[in-house]
Amino acid sequence: MIELHYFAGLREVTGIAQETVDLTGRTVEELWQWATAKYPDLQSGSVRIAVNEEYALPADVLNDGDVAAFIPPVSGG
Amino acid sequence: MKAFEIVSEPINPQRYADYVLRPEAGAVTLFTGHVREWTKGIRTLYLAYEAYIPMAEKKLAQIGQEIEEKWEGTRVAIAHRIGELAISDIAVVIAVSSPHRKSAYEANEYAIERIKEIVPIWKKEIWEDGEEWIGHQKKKPKEELL
Repeated sequence: MIELHYFAGLREVTGIAQETVDLTGRTVEELWQWATAKYPDLQSGSVRIAVNEEYALPADVLNDGDVAAFIPPVSGG
Repeated sequence: MKAFEIVSEPINPQRYADYVLRPEAGAVTLFTGHVREWTKGIRTLYLAYEAYIPMAEKKLAQIGQEIEEKWEGTRVAIAHRIGELAISDIAVVIAVSSPHRKSAYEANEYAIERIKEIVPIWKKEIWEDGEEWIGHQKKKPKEELL
């Protein structure tokens, strides 16, 4: 199972801060496709996905127990 | 305190300056970023910051490591506050010490630029007639985008 976290504006789109999904063995790109199918209002082009607190690439594969986070454009400082 | 931390209480910048000061240091730069009332003619009532805390602290530490590799002899401490902040509150503090002043100035600016690129912290501006999550302040590396 994969734990998903949504932050800031993305959390307001999904309506939830986190959920657990059965996407073990899928790629980060497939996770994004899954998420946009479930939440059509998620905008592409500016969202990054972190896996286990590190920015991931689209081809990275998700392993059981991974924590994936949807990172909208950051605005700290 | 930790050298790289996300905090929810008011920031005391002196603690971070003290942390980086050492006998080898001839300079300490201390940057504090504050909540600004007016942005492009729109009045902000207050800001709400949110962070992915464990990853944000990890990324702040990464910035510190990058600086210590780029500018020899530097030492860095960074804190960012989250939650609701009022006008003029300190949102971020960056302390850098170095043997000579040039490195301390350059490294300090590098730190704030990198925070705006890679640290998962988000700012929501709350105005009299609405609110909005702020983003797109810096361009992101393209290969990471979806």
